[in-house]
Amino acid sequence: MVGRWFDSKGWRDIVISVPFLWLLVFFLVPFVIVVAMSFARRAELSPPIAFLDHWTYLQTGNFARLLDDSLYLRAFLTSLWNAGLATLFCLLIGYPMALGITRVTRSWRNLLLMLVILPFWTSFLLRVYAWMGLLGANSWFNKALTGLVNTILPADRAMSSIPMMNSNFAVVLVMVYSYLPFMILPLYANLEKLDQTLNEAATDLGSRPWQVFKDITLPLSIPGIIAGGLLVFIPASGELVIPSLVGNASDPMIGRVISDEFSSARDWPMASAVAVALLLALVLPIMAYTHFEKRAQERVEGRA
Amino acid sequence: MKRRPLFLISCLCFGFAFFYVPILSLMVFSFNKSRLVTVWGGFSTQWYGKLLHNEQILKAALLSLQIALASATLASILGAMAGIALARFHRFRGRTLLSGLVTAPLIMPEVITGISSLMLFIFMAEWIGWPSGRGFTTVTIAHITFSMTYVAVIVQSRLSSADVAIEEAAMDLGARPWQVLIDITLPVIAPALVSGWLLAFTISLDDVVITSFTTGPGTTTLPILIWSKVRLGVTPDINALATVIICLVAAGVVAAALIMHRAESRRSRDEQMAQAQGASG
Repeated sequence: MVGRWFDSKGWRDIVISVPFLWLLVFFLVPFVIVVAMSFARRAELSPPIAFLDHWTYLQTGNFARLLDDSLYLRAFLTSLWNAGLATLFCLLIGYPMALGITRVTRSWRNLLLMLVILPFWTSFLLRVYAWMGLLGANSWFNKALTGLVNTILPADRAMSSIPMMNSNFAVVLVMVYSYLPFMILPLYANLEKLDQTLNEAATDLGSRPWQVFKDITLPLSIPGIIAGGLLVFIPASGELVIPSLVGNASDPMIGRVISDEFSSARDWPMASAVAVALLLALVLPIMAYTHFEKRAQERVEGRA
Repeated sequence: MKRRPLFLISCLCFGFAFFYVPILSLMVFSFNKSRLVTVWGGFSTQWYGKLLHNEQILKAALLSLQIALASATLASILGAMAGIALARFHRFRGRTLLSGLVTAPLIMPEVITGISSLMLFIFMAEWIGWPSGRGFTTVTIAHITFSMTYVAVIVQSRLSSADVAIEEAAMDLGARPWQVLIDITLPVIAPALVSGWLLAFTISLDDVVITSFTTGPGTTTLPILIWSKVRLGVTPDINALATVIICLVAAGVVAAALIMHRAESRRSRDEQMAQAQGASG
C-alpha cells in the first residue's frame, strides 16, 4: 500500500513538500513575524512587545517615528549613498577587468577567473580585517598614500597621515573590495557570450576602438551591468560588518541602526519597522533583479 | 585594436593588486615580532606558536566545523529537493511561492534574516517550548535555511541545462519515477551538489551576522570569536589565525577546482572515445 503510494505520487510530494515546509517555517514565518512586530509597541514584558488591546491591534507609531526622527532618515541616506558609490566604483574597476579577462588566452582566462573567485571563498570578515591593518594612521599603506598626497599639496599644508579609518570613505573602499567579485562574475558571463564578429565588422567599417566599445560592447553588456550592479547594491545597503569595523559610529548605516535598536535599545518593534522600511526601499531594485533574472532564465530555456 | 588590450591589461594588474595586496600585507605582518601590527619589528613565528596553545580558538574552530558539516549536508539535501522540484515538476500548487522563497533569502539583507530568525526561535520557545535555548541547533537551522537556497539555485540551473530525454527514456523503459530520480537525475546533478555543498560549507564557516543573532551563551563559533576580537582593534595573533584560515581555504578551493576540472575533462574524453568507437563500430 505504502509502496504503491510512494511509486505513483508520494516520492514527488516528498521532494516538493519537505523543502517547501522548511522554507515556510524558517523563512516565511519569521518574515511575517517581523512585519507584524513593526506594528506593535515596546513593553516591559518577555518578549518585550505589546499590541493594542482593541481592534485594529495595529499601531503605526513606529513608522511615524521613522519620519520624525532625523537619525533614521540620515541613516537611510548614508546607506543608499555608500551603497551607490560602492556600486559605481565596482563597475568602474570591474568592467575593464571583466572585459580584459575575455581578451586573454584560454589558460590565462581560467587562472584569472580562479583569482577573482578565490577571495570570494575566503572569509569575508578576514578580508575586512585586512583593511583595518592598512587604513590605520601608522600603516605602510597610509604612510605611502600620505607621501603621495603631500607631493601635490603645498608644503605648508602637508599632512602627517590621512584620517581614513572610521570614515565613510573607508566603508565605501572596503565595500568595493568585498563586493568586486559580484560585479566581475556576471559581467564576465555576459561579455564572454558577445559575438566578436560584430566588433570586427565595426572595425572593418572604420570604427575606432572606443567607438566599437561605445556602440557595440557597452549596449550589449547592459544586462550584465544591471545584474552585477544589483548584486553589489542590495547587500551593500544592508551591510552591518563593514560599517561596524571601519565606519564612523556617529554616521551609522541602516544595518547598524537595526542591530542597535534590537540588541542595545531592546526596542524590537522599532527594529522591525526599520527593517520593513529597508525592505520597502529595496523592493524596486529587488523586483528589477528578479525580473531580469527571469528574462535571462527564459532566454536560456528558450534556446535549449 | 592594438592599444586597447594594453589598457585592459593594466586595469587587470591594478585590479588584482587591489584584491591581493591587503591579504599579503596581513600575512606578512603575522610574522612580525612586534606586538604592534603596523610597524615591522623583525621576523618571528611566535604568534603561530601561541595560536596552537589557545584552547578558546581551537574549541571555536571545532564547533564551527561541526556546524558547517551538519548545515552543509542538510542544506544540500533540502536544496537538491527544491532544485529538482523547480526544474522538473512544472505544475504543482505553490510553485510560484516556492520559487520566490528560494530567491528571497539570497537577496534579503543579512541583518533582517538574523533578527527575524531570532524572533522566530524566541516565539517558538514561548509557544511550543522548542528550541529551549539558543546554540548549536538554532545556528545550524539558520545556516541551513540560508544556504539551501544557494544549493537549490545551482541544482536547478544544472538540471535546466541537462537533457530531459534521458530521464524520459528511462521512464519509457519501465523505470519507476523514484528510480529515475536515483539512477539518472542524481548522477546528473552530482557535480552541482558537490559545488553546492562546498558553497554551503564555506558560507556556514564564514557567517558572522546571522550567527551572532541566533547563537546563545557558550556557543562561540570561530567567526564570532574573531568578530569580538577585531572590534577591539588589530592584533598580530589574529593576523596569524587569519593567515592559517586563508591558506587552508585557498588550498581547499584550488584542490577542489583541480579535481572537478580533471573529472570534467576525463568525462568529455570518455564521451569522445565512446562516440569514436560508435562511429567505427
